[in-house]
Amino acid sequence: MSSALETRPAVAPPDAPAFADPPTLGRRSVHDVARLAPAGRRLRSGAARAARASVALLAFLVLWELAPRLGWVDPVFLPPFTQVAQTFAGLVADGTLATNAGASLVRAGAGFSIALAVGIPLGLVIGWSSRAAQYLSPFFEVFRNTAALALLPVFILILGIGESSKIAIVAFACTFPVLLSTIAGVRSVDGLLVRSARSLGLRGTQLFRKVVLPAAVPTMFTGIRMAATGSILVLIAAEMVGARSGLGYYITAMQFNFQISQMYAGILAIAIVGVAINGGLVLVERRLMRWRP
Amino acid sequence: MSALAPTTSGLRFASVTKEFPVRGGGTLTALSELDLDVGAGELLTVVGPSGCGKSTLLDMVAGLSTPTSGTIEVHGREIRGPGLDRGIVFQQYALLPWRTAQANVELGLEAKGVPRRRRGAIAREHLDLVGLTGFESRYPHELSGGMKQRVAIARSLAYDPEVLLMDEPFAALDAQTRESLQDELLRIWRATDKTIVFITHGIDEAVYLGQRVVVLTPRPGRIRAVVDADLPAPDGVTDLRSTPEFVALRHRVWEALHAADPADQVPDPAPAGPAAPTRTLEVAHV
Repeated sequence: MSSALETRPAVAPPDAPAFADPPTLGRRSVHDVARLAPAGRRLRSGAARAARASVALLAFLVLWELAPRLGWVDPVFLPPFTQVAQTFAGLVADGTLATNAGASLVRAGAGFSIALAVGIPLGLVIGWSSRAAQYLSPFFEVFRNTAALALLPVFILILGIGESSKIAIVAFACTFPVLLSTIAGVRSVDGLLVRSARSLGLRGTQLFRKVVLPAAVPTMFTGIRMAATGSILVLIAAEMVGARSGLGYYITAMQFNFQISQMYAGILAIAIVGVAINGGLVLVERRLMRWRP
Repeated sequence: MSALAPTTSGLRFASVTKEFPVRGGGTLTALSELDLDVGAGELLTVVGPSGCGKSTLLDMVAGLSTPTSGTIEVHGREIRGPGLDRGIVFQQYALLPWRTAQANVELGLEAKGVPRRRRGAIAREHLDLVGLTGFESRYPHELSGGMKQRVAIARSLAYDPEVLLMDEPFAALDAQTRESLQDELLRIWRATDKTIVFITHGIDEAVYLGQRVVVLTPRPGRIRAVVDADLPAPDGVTDLRSTPEFVALRHRVWEALHAADPADQVPDPAPAGPAAPTRTLEVAHV
């Protein structure tokens, strides 16, 4: 960061004891330097970062606004962004979006929770025991490579067109990323940590709880985030095929009624929901993994 | 340091042999008929070329594997599995990255079942012993290599094992850090009176630290020589490593090691010449 901190006297005074590693030397780690940076500079660099991050997005919105207005595309099929935004605001105000987004979120949340409840314990078992892996891996391999939406007709046939078929397909689609990343997480635990913990007398559940599980969390979280994104994706598709509420239903319904502005507002809502879910999970992840460099 | 004749035994190997099955049949003998008595409170160093079964030896003392034949005893009790009467310090520290220095030191205490409040006090005391007061809440990635190894040493001492096993603990550190930690280890050893078995491939380190230096042969590992290396304690003024006593001892260990390696094809022009010790200071340093 600051070069002044890295400069040390090139030649130590001849009489000084040659301690290369006095404990005090580490007292000012890079992290402290970042913490000590003046608030103004931090704010400015934060603003610069935000500006860089939003350039592409703003350019896209400008293009969206101009293309229909300049007649590059038919405004009937692609209304300008400001018009969609107005519709969006109206739909937020009258509660239409809240109702549909709520319906979608409940389904996605239920399916996602089932996936966590199934995928994490199963993944821990399979990752830890090579015997279980031998029996179960081929089975999961087949299902993992079957597109979840291909099974939607099956779920609808068995569970009907109501809530349960949609929750089931979300659960199905989310289980595999959670399961596979949990297996990978447990498998990738540093053998030295396990050896050292075993030499300390930790075994069984204690070893698992104190060493294996925390070591697996970072890898597990990759799968959990993939699953959360996937849950919305699969659900919207399922709702487009058959539902009476939800954002997916709303988008297709508006398309059929030729309320194009409303349709775009629905798509906008899905994008916002997706970004919000991912952001929330990133926060949880950061909180759980504060120890990481 | 008093003159040592191991009166009570800290760690005893009685004709310990360890064989591993080899793919395609047959066995590989890693250690053969090892007899060794480490006195209680002794600091014993073990040097040997790679393939002399150092890690095998360590695993067996740790209780992570069992000898094919023979017995290993800690204070007269045969080792039957991992236990808190032995502490291990690994070369790569083996700290849990999600735990602070303090929580890492507490790990062994949790396994031992020490109540929470006592754990905190013991951990702080041992971090203080290794010179890390004020670093309790640091995560491993915020510490230097030498500091991580200090935490690992504190962790192994905290649950008060009778024997401390150190597996090339300073090999990954730079030369200056290594020297300061060597002195630190000698200080801690005097302060705690532990039995320490220190495995290394550095002859200088073995001679500097050990009261006795055990030289192993490669494949199968056997004891080639046991060299008494009871040098005066470092006083912080004398450069112990340049005294004639140190140089002579280093040469004896070097000779034992050199003769021990049948893979060494280089003809030695002056087998016991005075110039020899300056040629190689460390072996198997690949």
